This record gives sequence, C-alpha cells and structure tokens, in this order.
Amino acid sequence: MTEIDHRVYLAASAIVFVIGFYSLLVQAHVLRRIMALNVMGSGVFLFLIALGSQTPGPVPDPVPRAMVLTGIVVSVCATGLALALADRVQDTTDRCEISEANRHTASSDRKSGIEAEHSEGSAS
Amino acid sequence: MMPRWMAGSFSVCLLAALSWAVWSLPTAPKGLTAESLARLAESGVTNPVTAVLLNFRGYDTLLEVGVLLLAIVGVWSLRRADWPRTAGGDFTMLAPFLRVALPLLVLAAGYLLWIGAFAPGGAFQGGALLGGALVLAVLGGRGRHILNRRDLLAIGLVLGVLVFVVAAALSMLLSGGLLQFPSGQGGVWILVIESAALISIGLTLGLLYLGGRPSKGGLPRHD
Amino acid sequence: MALLILAPLTTAALAVVIPRRGRGLAFVTAVVVGAAVTGLFRELRDHGVRIHQVGGWGAPLGIDLRVDGLALLMLCVTAGIGIAVALYATRYFASNLNLGQNRPQEPKDEATHRDYYFWPIFLFLWTALNALFLSADIFNLYVTLELLGFAAVTLVALAGGPAALSAALRYLTVSLSASLFYLLGVGLVFGQCGTVDLPSLAAQRESGPALWVALGLMTGGLITKAALFPMHFWLPPAHANAPAPVSALLSALVVKGPFYILLRLWFEAFPTLLTPAVTQGFGVLGAGAILWGSIQALRQQRLKLLVAYSTVAQLGYLFLLLPLCSNSGGGGMAWSGALMLLGAHACAKAAMFLAAGNILHVTGHDRIQGLDGFARSLPMSAFAFGLAGLSLVGLPPSGGFAGKWLLLNAALTQGQWWWVAILLIGGLLAAAYVARVLTHAFTHLDGEATVRHALPRIMEWTPLGLALLAVLLGFASDGAARLLEVGAPALAQAAKGRMEP
Repeated sequence: MTEIDHRVYLAASAIVFVIGFYSLLVQAHVLRRIMALNVMGSGVFLFLIALGSQTPGPVPDPVPRAMVLTGIVVSVCATGLALALADRVQDTTDRCEISEANRHTASSDRKSGIEAEHSEGSAS
Repeated sequence: MMPRWMAGSFSVCLLAALSWAVWSLPTAPKGLTAESLARLAESGVTNPVTAVLLNFRGYDTLLEVGVLLLAIVGVWSLRRADWPRTAGGDFTMLAPFLRVALPLLVLAAGYLLWIGAFAPGGAFQGGALLGGALVLAVLGGRGRHILNRRDLLAIGLVLGVLVFVVAAALSMLLSGGLLQFPSGQGGVWILVIESAALISIGLTLGLLYLGGRPSKGGLPRHD
Repeated sequence: MALLILAPLTTAALAVVIPRRGRGLAFVTAVVVGAAVTGLFRELRDHGVRIHQVGGWGAPLGIDLRVDGLALLMLCVTAGIGIAVALYATRYFASNLNLGQNRPQEPKDEATHRDYYFWPIFLFLWTALNALFLSADIFNLYVTLELLGFAAVTLVALAGGPAALSAALRYLTVSLSASLFYLLGVGLVFGQCGTVDLPSLAAQRESGPALWVALGLMTGGLITKAALFPMHFWLPPAHANAPAPVSALLSALVVKGPFYILLRLWFEAFPTLLTPAVTQGFGVLGAGAILWGSIQALRQQRLKLLVAYSTVAQLGYLFLLLPLCSNSGGGGMAWSGALMLLGAHACAKAAMFLAAGNILHVTGHDRIQGLDGFARSLPMSAFAFGLAGLSLVGLPPSGGFAGKWLLLNAALTQGQWWWVAILLIGGLLAAAYVARVLTHAFTHLDGEATVRHALPRIMEWTPLGLALLAVLLGFASDGAARLLEVGAPALAQAAKGRMEP
C-alpha cells in the first residue's frame, strides 16, 4: 500500500468514527443510538486495520488485527446486550403507563419508590 | 439528545483533532510485526493472527471469552427468548435446504477452526459460522427442544471459559507461568482451547439472536 | 497473582451452570481472593514490585501483569468491599421473600431470578476489577473495562422497574461510547509508539500530536466512565436505582477503575505530557464535581439520590490529586492523601448505600422528608450512616480526615491555596447534606416505630462494620502510605523533579 492509500484509510476511519459520534449525540431513538455505536466501532476497527497494513514487508502486523477481532466480538456482545435492554425498557415503560397512575396511591411499591426524581440529568 | 449545532461543533472539533493526529502518525509504524514473526515458531501455530490471539496475547482472549459469557448471562437476566414467528411453520423449500446446509455449516466451522493454525481462520470465525447455523436452525423451527434445555445450554456456554481457565491453571502448574504452554506443545493446547471456545462462541452468538433466556425446562426452573 | 483472576472467573462460570450454588461459590471466591491478596501483600513487602509475564513472552509482545503498592491497595479495597457486599447480599436477595404486609408481595419467582443472576454477574464484576488493577497493558485494560461495564450495567438492570432499566440503558450507551473513545486512543498510541505496554511506553518518552490526541480521547472516555463532572450525568440515576448491594459496589469500586487507569496513563506512561495546564484542568473539573455534586446532594428529595450525588462530589477530591501531586514538594503527601480518601470513600459509601438499602427495605420508601425517627426503628443503620458521614465530611479520626489532611498539607506546602478553599467548602457542604439526613433520623423519636418486619442481622452489621472501617482507616494511614511507596510512579517523578530543578 502506498503512503497516500494509507493516509486515506486512516482519514476515512476518523470520518466514520465522527459520523457515528454525531449520530449518537443527535439521535433520540435507542435503536439508532445502538447503530451509531456500531458505526463508531467500525471506525475504530478500520483505523486499527489500516494501521496494521502499513508495516514494511509482505505480512501485515498481526497484533492490531488480533485487537480488531477482540473488538468485534466485544461489540457484538455489546449490541446484543443493548438490544435486549432496550427491548426490556420499552416493555416496562409501556406497562409503566398504567403503574405510573398507581404510583401516587401505592407509593410504597419497592421499585417505583425510588424512581428518579432527580433535578438534572434526565434532560438528555 | 443534544441540539444539532452543538453536536455538530463537537464533531467538527473531534474530526479536526483526529485528522491532525492521523496525519502526524509515522508513515512506517513500528508495530510488533518483527517481534511476532520472529517468535512465531515458538507459538505452536504458523498463522500470526492466531499466534497473537491464542498465545502471545492469549490472556486478552481469556477475558474476552468471559465477556461473551457475561453478555449472554446478561441477556438471559433481562428477557425471555423470542421465538421467531416463522418457527414451526411449514417450510417446503427451507427444510430440505437446512438438511444439507446445517451439517455443511458445522463442518465448515470445524474446518475454519483447524485451518486457523496455518491460514486465516480460527475459533471466532468458526464460531461465527456456527452461530449463523444456529440462527438458521431457529428460523427453520429446528432444534427447539434442545434450545429449551437451559441446563444443557449453560454447560455449552461456559465450556469455553472453563476449558480456558483449566488450561491456564494447568500451564501454570507445568511451567510456572499463566498460559505459558510447555515448549513444543503450543499447537495442541491452542487447538483444545479453541475447540471449546468454538462451541461457546457459536452458541453465544446464536442465543444472542434469541434475545433472552429459553423459557422452559432446565435450570433455573423458575419461569 | 493469577488466582485473583482465575478464581472469580471460574466461580462465575460455575455459577452460570449451577445458579442455586451462587452464594457458596461467592464464599469460596472470597476466601481464595482474600488469601491471595494477603499472600501478595507479603510478597510485595519482602520483594517489592511483582511482575508476571503471561504466557512467558514478556512485554511488548505479550501481556504483563504487575502489582505495585497502588495496585495492591486497590485489590485490598476491592476484596474488602467485595466480601462485605457479598455478606450483605446473601440475605438481601433472599430476604425479598418476606416483605411487609402492606406492600404488594413480590412474586417469589422474581426474587429467585435476581438471586440466581446476581451471583454470577457479581463474580464477573470481581474478575473485571481484579484484572483491571493487575494489568499493565492498555489494550488489555480496554477488555477489562468492557467486562466491568457489562457487569455493572446488568447488575443495575437487575433491579427491574422502569427507572432502573432506563438508567441501565443510558449507562450502557455512555459506557460503550466511552470505551470506543478509549480504544481509538489506544490505537493511536499503538500507531505512534508500536506498543501498548505501560512500562515500554514510559521508556519511549515520546510526544507529538498523535499522542496528545490519543491521551485526550482516552481521558475523555475514562472521565466519562469515572463520572467526573461534567460527565457525571449518568451516575445518579444508575447508582440510585440499582439494588442496594449493587449501588454499594458501583459507588465504592466500579467508578474507581477508570480513575486508576487515568493515574497509570498520566503518571506512569506519559509523565512528560502532564503539564501544569493539564493538571490544573483536572483540578478545576474536580473542584466543579465537589461543588456541583454537593449542592445537588443537598437538593435531593430521595436518600439514594443524595448518596449518589455525594459520590459525584467525592470523586472530585480524587482528581485534586493531579494538580497537587505533579509539583515537587508535598507530591507524595497528595498521592497518599488522595488514595487514602479513595479507600475511605469506598468503605463509607458502601456503608451508606447498604444502610440506605435497609431504610428502603424497612420503611418501603427513601423520601428524606418521610424518614423522621428512623434511628428508632433502625438504630444500627442510622449509626452506620452517621459514622460513614463522619468520614465523608472529613472529621477526625476517620480515613476521610486523614486523606483530606494530607491533601490540605500538600496544597499549603505548594502554595496552591485555591484548592485549600475548595477542600474546606466541600467539607462544609458534605456536613450539611449528611446532617440533613441525620436530623430526620434523630427527630420525632417518640413517634411510633415503623418496623414492619425485622431485618436479618447481617444486613444491619455489614454497613456498620464498613462505616467503622472507614473511620478506623485514619489510623492506618502510615501503613498505607508505606505500601503506596512500593513502585509509586508519582513519587519517582517527584524525586526526579527534585533532582533536576
């Protein structure tokens, strides 16, 4: 790979990462956020792969490639976990519309008893 | 959520910083190519990526197999499995295809595991195929009676971690170092660890697709 | 050393297969880890820094595990809190079965479900923390961070309920994006230096735009995970809505992991980049955390949120370490002071969350307004809360006092009086929010005691024990300081600063 190619891949990885980051900041829907995280991850993996391919000699550096493999597995796990959690949140908050009304009468319920009425942080 | 102008300016700053950094990177990075190739012969495999994953940085992979197990345990703690609506339907085309494809996929996964020692491939690649096979089986309504046996599944899921941990402890007893395989036997140790990991990775990926704990039978029996 | 990782990982895997034995497996882990930490302590005392080359390859090709004074201190704190929380949790997750009469009976299944999943995930959390504190490799640290994050998020979600689940989801997204920032930083470091091993990086003494940006990315990710102001927004809902033992683990231990990595990065790997502008910047964020966290704590209506905001504030003190430690003269004092605070906060905050858990359990709510006279129904928990508060405020002889005293001295020695002001104001604010809870605890004692049902004894004793530990830590400060000197990077740097003025 020529030096220019190398730079192009590295710059592209930066762009992909930032696109993911931007979407993470502006998207409200959980599913889109999870996808944004995956795009960010792809940016990082592209960066590492590009890094490994630039070594002198015929064989690319195996260490960043192994790192990418590790990273991909982690990211698959994270996506699976995030999707399950997102689905559970959706289920519970749907059900919650009913219990929301109950909360004022039966406020001693263990779970809703500590529902966050914090003054900040809920904005995002 | 954040206003677009704010997110946009953050992103532009980030992009500027990243471009600056990327541009300043040395064009001939030092990397670890030379070191890994120089000691490849000692690792017991000839594929450098497998050597890094299972031997030089095998400890990373040990923790990573732990991450996989934790992820599926986490998903199980959150939800019950969703069986795709297609499951159990009548598949005139899919059923014969699966009869051929599933054994082939399992065979291919095993092949990828084996070839990983010399060429691109390995437990993760094989595991991905196995996971895919599992997803296909689920979509085709196959194997539901097995996939409801939570006790069996749990054993399959932890196999990778347990074999890896046992290998780590054994290697420590034999040569005094964590995951330091006795010299000349690296290949065998890696194959054993990878085979167990293959099963767990495949199962984990397939079960992540189900998105929750199988709902009947097995341990824990509380649903 | 390896046992510290292998033992909890093995038991975590076993607890997945036989969930009903989770409690016993955690007990086994506690014994093994306790013994291993004690053994390491002896080794360290006799032989200094211990290094274990995993796989026998040695860095930079392989991964090194390393224990110095700092790592051992973190391992000790983790073991102590881990054992205490495990003791508490044995009854907490079982005691859900006999709730008060006027509360909707929780389905027995749900309690069993929590009990079955708490133990394996708790053991994973322990594995992750031990692995994190032992690792000397920044990519390996990424893997441990992910393991830690997944375990923490899943434990929060275990509470069920909409608030806890939404908090967990936000925690997960924040934590994942922070990890990716960290990982990109690791990639940049690797591109520049060709290694991810901490000591090798330190030996290279490189600098340049790529490293600055890399450190910026990693620091951004880590302060988000460590909930340093202004990236703390995810912490209060997550910590306040988790089950009590989980809140204790999160506040006492989990947020300290990323802080530990930050120390390793700045003091050990890239000390040359630690310019006064950087350290003062960290100090400003720390000061912001102390003020903002304390004020928010004062304004909360719910006990667990108050305690969670107090964590935000207390984390700020840790970051004062950076401006106070990088100057020569008093650097060592600031180093041991901040880490003493870390240990004391871990014990005190775990005690507070467990005590708050008891209050929530017995009274059925945690609205501060409605807590009048809880000292009567829960004298031990109220006492534990008060003792822990003593340490948070920084009154003698507590560990919090010893830590703050050392930080104050360091600030005075270096003439950085503005940090003195912050430390004092922070103490006053902490006194105010602790007092706010205690006045409710000890007023209207003549009212009817609101005991709906007795608490298991262990749930009363554990927070009290932890709070006592936080108070007594003040007496151990000399020993801890000596321990910290073993291979302390900051001290080496301070010495170097004195040698070449």
